[in-house]
Amino acid sequence: MAKPSTFFNMVSTLFVICLVSSAALGVASALTKEPIAKAALAKRITAIKQVLPEFDNEPLSESSTISVDGGSVTVYPAKKQGKIVGIAVETFTLKGFNGQIKLMVGLLPRGTIDKIVVLQANETPGLGDKITAEKSDFSKQFFGKDPATFMLKVKKDGGSVDAITAATISSRAFCDAVTRAYDIYQQRFRK
Amino acid sequence: MSMWKNFTKGFLRENPVFILVLGTCPTLAVTTSLANGLGMGLSTTFVLVMSNLVISALKNLIPDKVRIPCFIVVIASFVTIVDLVMAGYFQAIHAQLGIFIPLIVVNCIVLGRAEAFAAKNSLSASFVDGLGMGFGFTLALAVLGVVREALGAGSFFGHKFISGDGILVFVLAPGAFLVFGYAIAFVNRLNKMMSGGK
Repeated sequence: MAKPSTFFNMVSTLFVICLVSSAALGVASALTKEPIAKAALAKRITAIKQVLPEFDNEPLSESSTISVDGGSVTVYPAKKQGKIVGIAVETFTLKGFNGQIKLMVGLLPRGTIDKIVVLQANETPGLGDKITAEKSDFSKQFFGKDPATFMLKVKKDGGSVDAITAATISSRAFCDAVTRAYDIYQQRFRK
Repeated sequence: MSMWKNFTKGFLRENPVFILVLGTCPTLAVTTSLANGLGMGLSTTFVLVMSNLVISALKNLIPDKVRIPCFIVVIASFVTIVDLVMAGYFQAIHAQLGIFIPLIVVNCIVLGRAEAFAAKNSLSASFVDGLGMGFGFTLALAVLGVVREALGAGSFFGHKFISGDGILVFVLAPGAFLVFGYAIAFVNRLNKMMSGGK
């Protein structure tokens, strides 16, 4: 039968259970710390490889993070034989239809966009999720363009971007994130 | 009750999703595809089995008045372990399920089985109960996942069998309710037929 619910019994039982649980969690956390960090790094490095030409340095160890507009943008310089071949910018926007969108934007030294991949997005399936390259060619229209001449706004707002039909908010958000990446790139690498 | 009956009750007769209608929040939210449904179902099964075992082993040591906090601490610990392991080794599915993994803590099925079964029954019976209920939950999520993925995205386990999009509403929230409602009706009918066709 269960122990009687005296004050001492209740306090001691809860104390022991919490103690054992926290010990178990401590062990679990220590064991999974490295794989979690590795998985996060692997995800970034894959994204950087997708958006930039070949490089031979470790962009992750040379990265720098800048806080802007209520979020943070991380810049990863990619070099080949010591020469910069491109900058990958991990950017974000808060204007998504359903929460934050995160992109990895690859920018070449001469100021053009190389490629873009979506890191995180929760846009409506079938409509806004067309910002990902697997779902539609929307993001491909940015590839190889120079934002100095290619206006990073949807056509409705006077820009050069063809918005996704029925997903203007997601399209605008995508442009917002790319603009943020480009601005930071301009400030930092083209003085 | 025999062990076998105890194990199979979770599949149809007392299916946590279709008959008891517990844990509907993750059920409706994550079953956009078969892979998501299976991931969620198996994580919950692990938590159910482990918490049932521990709670059944401790049932004589826990004073009645603090049993719920004790159960919750045990359950929350196992959920956190699942969350950490998934984040480390199954990144893709972890990103998909997101917030719903930590939310297993408040899944009524887990606490419900702890309170209604594990706290009163032997270790082995509680283990079988957790396993059966967990598989019943997984089965329910898998069924919903398969149907919603097939209709909504036109694919099975991520493999497209049509080009383009499916009937999008099925991967959105209203589709979840539609499929869920029909599944409940179907399972009720099945149970009636099995219990003598009344």
